[in-house]
Amino acid sequence: MKREIDLQVNGESYSIVVDTRETLLDALRYRLGFMGPKEGCGNGNCGSCTVSVNGMVADSCLIFAVEADGAEVTTVEGVAVGGKLHPVQQAFIENGGLQCGFCTPGFIMSAKALLEQNPNPTEQEIRLALSGNLCRCTGYDKIVRAVTAASQALSKVA
Amino acid sequence: MHEFAYAAPRSLPEAIDLLSRAEGEARPLAGGTDLITQMKENRKSPGLVVDVKRIPELNALSWDERQGLRIGAAVSCTRIATFAPVQERYPALAEACALVGSIQIQNRAALGGNFCNAAPSADAVPPVLSYGGTVLIAGPGGQRALAAEDFFVGPGQTVLGKGEILMEITIPTPPVHSGAAYLRFIPREEMDIAVAGVGSFVQLNANGTRCERARITLAAVAPTPVRAREAEDFLAGKPLDAATLTQAGELAAKAAKPISDVRSSAAYRVELVKVLTRRTLQKALERVS
Repeated sequence: MKREIDLQVNGESYSIVVDTRETLLDALRYRLGFMGPKEGCGNGNCGSCTVSVNGMVADSCLIFAVEADGAEVTTVEGVAVGGKLHPVQQAFIENGGLQCGFCTPGFIMSAKALLEQNPNPTEQEIRLALSGNLCRCTGYDKIVRAVTAASQALSKVA
Repeated sequence: MHEFAYAAPRSLPEAIDLLSRAEGEARPLAGGTDLITQMKENRKSPGLVVDVKRIPELNALSWDERQGLRIGAAVSCTRIATFAPVQERYPALAEACALVGSIQIQNRAALGGNFCNAAPSADAVPPVLSYGGTVLIAGPGGQRALAAEDFFVGPGQTVLGKGEILMEITIPTPPVHSGAAYLRFIPREEMDIAVAGVGSFVQLNANGTRCERARITLAAVAPTPVRAREAEDFLAGKPLDAATLTQAGELAAKAAKPISDVRSSAAYRVELVKVLTRRTLQKALERVS
């Protein structure tokens, strides 16, 4: 069954008609063209579909699009400001925190959320905060290094 | 996934009305982290999904000394785990809510959903039972309250009847000289389903020499979360030395009726109950204030 929903994505307002069975992930990708969030497992294990919903990171594959009526959503496309990469994105590039890149948008969203709440996390805290994001390439070490570097870069800015 | 109608009522009576009048299966939707995966796999195929996140009563979270902790059924694990009164007075609940899936999952998954999904392994449930919590159910016939442990009937099955909604979980303020803890065993550090879990609560006498009462709840070792009453009764009146805690673990294991499955043999689960009971009792004791 179809329903119309209004939502904000990366600060822009959209009105779209969705099927009730459609996930927020599918609406973002195939109705609105935000291809950053990816479907890996489709059941909340891999975190490749991680977006921010009303300020909280969530697996967009486990949210029906109709639930997001009135929500403010941020995808990885909304993380860079004015064409300038966010320090978390920059740190992933500089530290080789990605290989194939499929999981990276999800990791960026989770890492950014962590650093907003805890600007100076320990390695253990970083690993815990990223436990809902799976990467099949890097072995995580460089991802953890990237988040540590981002935390240092952000504390210099502040 | 089968087609379904979706509604997001803004009041409890409206939600009850929708669920009561539905032909065929209707399901309340809170965080969706269980229901949506089950619908994707066609393990559940409700014709009507009623999103309860816009109902004020189900989103309320409050604490006061007299009424205790009141948790609306749609309140997320993250909100509970970061709520200051929970961190100060209900550490076993805070630690259990922080064990449910990932951060992404905790940000959505609701305590009420953990109850209604009725998985024997639900991590957030044992602390509620051990703290002596109650559940408040709203339905076409009005409201009814019952002990949290009486909510469960079997795996995936609860006492909820047609048109009924779990509205609120209430936990009394822990008495002085009490402490509680929850531990689960999984073969990795995060993101797994409990092989076994134990939530323990102890209340000591005024000078801290003896146990006044204990409540021990076991997860993932029976069709529902279960209290280990023989162990609880054994502890009442005793000084809680190491030998007594070990003995309590042995007795708690008698309440475990586990199955063997992909995660563990039944025999290993029984051993885990002994160890986790001893450790949670010890941790609860250390938290007695």
